[in-house]
Amino acid sequence: MRTPLTVKLFAGLGPRGWLAVAAIAFIAWVLVPVAHLMLPESHPLHVSTYAITLIGKILCYAVVAVAMDLIWGFGGILSLGHGLFFALGGYSFGMYLMRQIGREGSYQSDLPDFMVFLDWKELPWYWTGSDHFLWALFLAIAVPGVVAWIFGYFAFRSRIKGVYFSIITQAMTYAAMLFFFRNETGFGGNNGFTDFKRILGYSITAPETRLVLFGLSVALLLAVIILGKVLIASKFGKVLTAIRDSENRVMFIGYNPVHYKLFIWTLSAMLCGLAGALYVPQVGIINPSEMSVANSIEIAIWVAVGGRGTLVGPVLGAGIVNLSKTWFTTSFPEYWLFFLGLLFILVTLYLPQGVVGLWAKIKARRAEKAAIAASRAEVAAAPAPRAPAADSKIPNGTAAKGA
Amino acid sequence: MKRLLFLISLYLWAGGVAAALDPARLKDLASDDFDVKQAAVATLAAAGDDTDAQRLLKALSEDAVAVAGERLVIVAGDQVLDAATGAAIKPAPANPESINLNNSLRQQVDGALAAVRLLSTDRAERLTAARALLADMGEGAPLLPLFDKALAQEQDREIKPILVQLAAQAALGSPDVARRLQAVRDLAGSGSPAVKALLLPLLDPANEPEEKLRLEAGTAIKAIDARLAWSDTAGQIFTGISLGSILLLAALGLAITYGVMGVINMAHGELLMVGAYSAYAMQALFRAKFPEFVDYYVLAAVPVAFFVAAAVGMLMERTVIRHLYGRPLETLLATWGLSLVLIQAARLLFGAQNVEVANPAWMSGGVQLAENLSLPWNRLVIVAFSGFVLLLVWLMMNKTRLGMFVRAVTQNRPMAGCVGVPTARIDTLAFGIGSGIAGLGGVALSQIANVGPDMGQGYIVDSFMVVVLGGVGQLAGAVWAALGLGIVTKFLEGWAGAVIAKILVLVFIIIFIQKRPQGLFALKGRFVD
Repeated sequence: MRTPLTVKLFAGLGPRGWLAVAAIAFIAWVLVPVAHLMLPESHPLHVSTYAITLIGKILCYAVVAVAMDLIWGFGGILSLGHGLFFALGGYSFGMYLMRQIGREGSYQSDLPDFMVFLDWKELPWYWTGSDHFLWALFLAIAVPGVVAWIFGYFAFRSRIKGVYFSIITQAMTYAAMLFFFRNETGFGGNNGFTDFKRILGYSITAPETRLVLFGLSVALLLAVIILGKVLIASKFGKVLTAIRDSENRVMFIGYNPVHYKLFIWTLSAMLCGLAGALYVPQVGIINPSEMSVANSIEIAIWVAVGGRGTLVGPVLGAGIVNLSKTWFTTSFPEYWLFFLGLLFILVTLYLPQGVVGLWAKIKARRAEKAAIAASRAEVAAAPAPRAPAADSKIPNGTAAKGA
Repeated sequence: MKRLLFLISLYLWAGGVAAALDPARLKDLASDDFDVKQAAVATLAAAGDDTDAQRLLKALSEDAVAVAGERLVIVAGDQVLDAATGAAIKPAPANPESINLNNSLRQQVDGALAAVRLLSTDRAERLTAARALLADMGEGAPLLPLFDKALAQEQDREIKPILVQLAAQAALGSPDVARRLQAVRDLAGSGSPAVKALLLPLLDPANEPEEKLRLEAGTAIKAIDARLAWSDTAGQIFTGISLGSILLLAALGLAITYGVMGVINMAHGELLMVGAYSAYAMQALFRAKFPEFVDYYVLAAVPVAFFVAAAVGMLMERTVIRHLYGRPLETLLATWGLSLVLIQAARLLFGAQNVEVANPAWMSGGVQLAENLSLPWNRLVIVAFSGFVLLLVWLMMNKTRLGMFVRAVTQNRPMAGCVGVPTARIDTLAFGIGSGIAGLGGVALSQIANVGPDMGQGYIVDSFMVVVLGGVGQLAGAVWAALGLGIVTKFLEGWAGAVIAKILVLVFIIIFIQKRPQGLFALKGRFVD
C-alpha cells in the first residue's frame, strides 16, 4: 500500500524537525519583524535594515546551496552552472521589477531606461507579459528549468559525467555571461537591472516589504529543505544516491539513470531560479557578473564547507562563507581571496564531509571515549572482566566515523 | 566639374611656364588668395627638375620664403637670396615678411618635393620617395609631368610599378580621355583599398562624363575587390592561426596535466600569469642592470618563466594535488582555491593594475604581404615559438626516458610501479613540466595581451575546451583543436562579431562533446569504471 503524501511529509522530518521548523518560522515571521519595527534603533535587540537585507541575501544563497547539494551531494554531479540558473531566475523576475518602475526612470519613458538609451522604440518580444507578477514568477522557475532540461537531456543522454560535465556547464555559464553582457541582448548589458522602485505596487525599500521578502526567503528555504528530506527518503532518493555511488551498477540492474539525473538536475535549476527571483528585489541589482565562472564555483564551496550529502550542511556553509566574506571584505579586503582560496584547499583536503562531518566526527569520538570510560568503570567495578562488551562498542564508533 | 575645369585651366597655364621661373609669376606665391597660391605651387612642381624650382620648393617647405618689397626672397641664415635665381641680394632688404602656407598647400609642396626626388640618382632615395607618394600624394594632377618624366627614366623593377601606379593616380585628373582611360586600366592591377576609393567616384556620371571610362572603372573596381577579398581571407587565416597558436600554448601544458595525468588544474590560467609576470620581472631586471641588452630580455624570460612556473606547479602538486589523486571533483575545487591564492599573491606583489610589458624592437613592425595584409612580427614569432614548444613537448614525451615513464604511469600506474618507475616522483615532474609549459605560454601572452593578476581567468575555459575537443591524452588532438578553434573563431568573428563568435564556438563544442565525448582523437580501448 502506498503511504499518503501527507504522512510521508510528516514522517520525513520527525517531531524534532517539525519543532525546529516551527521555531525558525516563528523567529522569522514574528520576532524579527517585532525587533525591527517596534524596538528603537538604540536598543541592543534591534535588528537593522542592513542585517535583514544581509540575512535575506544569505538565505537565498542557502537555497541555492541546498539545490546544489541535491545534485552534487546526492546525485554526485558537480555543476558549475548553478550561477547561471540563479541569474536566469533573477533576470526573469528583474524584468517585472523593471516594468514596475513605470515612468519614474530618468527618461520618464514606459520603456526601461537602458532601452531608451539604446534608442529602442518598443519592448522586444520576450518582454511580453513581463509586467504581470505571476508571469514573471513563472518565468523565474520555467526559464532555468527549460534551459537545464534541454542541456541536461543531451548531456546525460550522451553519458557525460564527472569532470567533463562540470567543465561543460562552466562553458555554458561563460557563454551565457558573454551573451548577457551584450547590449543588444536586451537585458541591460553590463549594468543589468537596477534602480527598482516597487514590487506589486509596494515600495521596495519600505521596511514592511523587506520584512515580507525576508520572511518569504525563510519560508522558501524551509520548504526546500523539507522537499529535499522527503525526496531523499523516497525510493527516488535511494536510486539517486545509488547512481552517485556507482552508475554502472544501477544501469546493470535495470534502471535508466538519465531520468533520475535529469529530474534532480532540472528541479535543482528551478529552485535556483526561485532563489534568484527572491534575491533580486532584496539586493536591488542583477547583472551578468552573477554568471561569472567564479560565482558558480563559489556555490560548490558553500556546499563543501557545510557538508555534502546533508541538507543542513549547505545552509551552514552558505552562512559561514558569506558572513566571513562580508566581514573580510569590509575589514581586510586584500585577504579575502587568500581566505577563500585556503578554504577551498583545506576543506577538500581535510574536511571532505564539511562542518557537519566534523561535528559528527567529534560526537563519534566523544561517544567512543565515553564508551571506553564506561567499560573501564565497569571493569573496575566488576571483579570479572567483560572485554567483549567494550569491543562491541568500538565498531560502532568507527562506523559513525566513516559515515 | 568646377574643380575639373579649374585643374584644366591650371594645366594649360602651368604648361606654358614650365621652362623657367618667371619672377612675375612667382609673386603669386605671396598672394592672399590660396587658390592663386596653389596654382603657383603647381607651376613650381611641374618645373620640378629645374634646380631653381627645387631650391624654392625646399625653402617653401622650411618656411624660409619671404616677401621683401616687390621681390620674393629666400631667407637662409643671415643671407637673403633671390627666389628666382638663387643669387644673394646685397645689401639684404630689411624686414622680409615670410609667407604662410595652409595644410593642403604644405602637403602639395611636400608632394612636389618627393616627386622631385623621384628623379634622384640614388635608388634608395627614389624608392622611399615613391613609397611616400603612394601613401599620401595630396593633389596629384600637377605632378603628372614629373611622374611621366621619372617613368621614362626609371629602370628599376621595384620602383617602376609604383611609378606606374602614381602616374595613373595622377592621370585620373587629366583632361585627356585616352589618358584617363589608360590610368584606370593601369590602376586595375592594384590591390589597395585607397585606389578603390579613388576609382569609386568615377562611377558617378557627375564626376566622369565618359561612359566608356565609367564602365572601365567598374571592371577595375571588381578586379581590385577580388584581390582585396583574397588578402582579407589570407589575413583572417593568419589571425586564426595566430589565435590558435596562443590557444595551443595555453592548452599544451594542460594537455599534459589534464590530458595525460588526469588532473583538473583550474589554476592553469594562473600558471600562464606566473609566466607573464616572469617576463615582466626579467624586463625590469634588464632595464635596471643591462640596459644595452634590453631587447633580448624575452629570450632570457623564456627559461626563467619555465622554471618559475614549473616550481610553482611542483609545489602545488606536492602540497595539495598529490593528496587528491583519483578524486577529480575535489581536485577541481582545490586547484580553484590555489588559483585564487595565486591571483591575490600577484596582486600583493605587483599591484592590482595591469603592468606594462613592451615588445622588444625586433618583434615590432611586420611583414607587408599586400596593401591590406601585414603580418606583425610579434604574432609570427609566437606562431614559430608555439611550434618550437610543441616540438619540445613531443620530443620530451616520445624520446626521453622521463616521457616514457610518464606514458607508462598514465597507462598503468600499478604496473609501472612494479617494474620500478618511481611513480610519485614522475607525477611531480610531469606536473612541473606541464606547468612550465604554461609559463612559456605566459611569456608569449605577455607580448600580445595585457599582463595583470587575473589575466589567466580568461584562458581557463578556452584551454579546457581545446583539450576536451582534442581528446584527452592526445597531443595531436590538442594541436588540431587549437588551430581549428582559432581559425573558426576568427572567421565567425568577421561574420558575426566577437561575442557571438565566442558563444557560437562554445555552443559548437558543447554539441560536439555530446556526439563525441572522447574528443576528436579518441584513445582506442574500452574503459568502464
